[in-house]
Amino acid sequence: MKVGLLENKDFLSGLMFIAIGAGAMFIGSDYPIGSALRMGPGYFPVALGGIIFVFGVYTLVQGLIKKEKLVGAWSVRALILLPVAFVVFGFLVDHGGFVPALVALVFISAAAGSEFSFKEVLIEIVVLTAASVGLFIYALELPYPLFPWSR
Amino acid sequence: MDLFHNLIFGFGVALSLQNLWFCFIGVFLGTLIGVLPGIGPLATIAMLLPVTFNVAPVAAMIMLAGIYYGAQYGGSTTAILVNLPGEVSSVVTCIDGYQMARQGRAGPALAISAIGSFIAGTICTMFIALFGPPLAEIALKFGAPEYFSLMLMGLVTASVLAHGDMVKSLAMVVLGLLLGVVGTDVNSGMSRFAFGVSELTDGISFVVLAVGMFAVAEIVDNLGETEERQVFTSKVTNLWPTLKDMRMSIGPILRGTFLGAFMGILPGTGPAIASFSSYMLEKKVAKDPSQFGKGAIQGVAGPEAANNADAQCKFIPMLTLGIPSSAVMALMLGALTIQGIAPGPQVMTEKPDLFWGLIASMWVGNFMLVVLNLPLVGLWVSLLKVPYRILFPAIMAFCAIGIYSVNNSDFDIYLAAFIGVLGFVWRKLECPPAPLLLGFVLGPLMEENLRRALLISRGDATVFFTRPISLGFMIATAMIVILMITPAIRKKREQITD
Repeated sequence: MKVGLLENKDFLSGLMFIAIGAGAMFIGSDYPIGSALRMGPGYFPVALGGIIFVFGVYTLVQGLIKKEKLVGAWSVRALILLPVAFVVFGFLVDHGGFVPALVALVFISAAAGSEFSFKEVLIEIVVLTAASVGLFIYALELPYPLFPWSR
Repeated sequence: MDLFHNLIFGFGVALSLQNLWFCFIGVFLGTLIGVLPGIGPLATIAMLLPVTFNVAPVAAMIMLAGIYYGAQYGGSTTAILVNLPGEVSSVVTCIDGYQMARQGRAGPALAISAIGSFIAGTICTMFIALFGPPLAEIALKFGAPEYFSLMLMGLVTASVLAHGDMVKSLAMVVLGLLLGVVGTDVNSGMSRFAFGVSELTDGISFVVLAVGMFAVAEIVDNLGETEERQVFTSKVTNLWPTLKDMRMSIGPILRGTFLGAFMGILPGTGPAIASFSSYMLEKKVAKDPSQFGKGAIQGVAGPEAANNADAQCKFIPMLTLGIPSSAVMALMLGALTIQGIAPGPQVMTEKPDLFWGLIASMWVGNFMLVVLNLPLVGLWVSLLKVPYRILFPAIMAFCAIGIYSVNNSDFDIYLAAFIGVLGFVWRKLECPPAPLLLGFVLGPLMEENLRRALLISRGDATVFFTRPISLGFMIATAMIVILMITPAIRKKREQITD
């Protein structure tokens, strides 16, 4: 069976470790290394980077030998929308308010799923927002403004 | 005897009204998420870490521990009733538990699983009380070289024994150590890997990493799979097992307890492996092995006791040495650190209320599980009908609020989103995230102990091999690695973990 390099899981893992290891050694070598007797701030990270690099090379070679394919389904939609939901929440909670941030978060998250019913999501938003405001703002007294006009 | 004094003191702490309440919340939440597939104890504990900030350390730990063992319990409830393991540790329980339910014996199966867990919990509480103090006493004498070697052993064995590719697990441990380094170096005051981002000079927040990797990445992963959940409920009548059931179960429960306790102390072996081993053992010693798979009560009693024993004994290395042996224990250590308590052998002497209170609370919590949950079985099963599409936006909301409440910083949320993506990529590449968390927790400690060890020895790295205790740890580490790369064992291990 032919497995392309881009779907060879160990090859890709190896590549990732090599990149991280090399990056850590490169950046870490900017910090004073010191000696074994007096370890500088660069000593430990550079050593770790070297170890990851070696593990990466091994994994990459294993990938080329074993040729095992990535398994499982992907949801590109979830992979994009869920982080976006977080980012929007982070922005809105700082610049809007707790309520709009939460509404946006729940709405975008729900849209990441494969089944989406507008009515259901609307109900969930209302219930979740009310419950969170009650729990976090009133009960736990977190000091966040609820709406843009209340800040 | 000291042991009983200590335990009585512990019960005094655990039975205070506040701690009882948190214990109840813990086991209740634990059972809840144990019942619901698609959300495990890891994600829940990660999500609730920020909530515990405002709570006293003892109460916080009691609640988090309750979530952990409560989840094992909830997982077996659904395994028996609907043939759906809520947690990995209850996969084995499905085999005979569900068969029992189909024969109209769901009640006895549930009861025996609760009783088995309770007995295991009781024995393990004694274990911890018995072995904890001497272990901590030895550990108090450790110097930097011993600590470094011990941590090395913990990390290596945890990743080598865990599920999946060994080298990738080790690479993830080292990556975790590296992530632990991010931030200001305590010795030189230099900020490392901060890339000019001021928020990163304080280091990566533990909560952000845990939530991103275990909650967000898990949801992304779950949404990729198509949901298929059939609730086929058998009515629970006649809860109590017969005398014959009890007689047949007591042996498996005791064997399962000891097996689980032993596995629990080893790093890396999760409750799933403990319950699986117990099942195999019971099948071997049974008079009539042909009954297994057809509703043998031993096949429920043994594994259920084993996974509970394993879960509880995992606390021994965490509490006495400050070494986490699983991802959940790493989260617990993180929770301790956040509370301003440095984990290690001194916890027992400096915070006896925390140590003994937590241990006693486990017994109390196990008792609550038996008393409260058997009557509530109906409620748990009806919860299974909550579809995931409703559940996951709620989880996202709690995660986001939780992360934001730690530092009131939007940067933490962005970082969690990024780590969520990374966590998903790691899952797909089959690079296990649990070892990374272990490394992350131990990273700063390991660097500090390495620095000190080398300072004492004037830069001579052989110090790790010339001090006897340290040498012992090094030899043990080497032996486990060699054992694991032996072809025969490797093959067996692959069979088990699959």
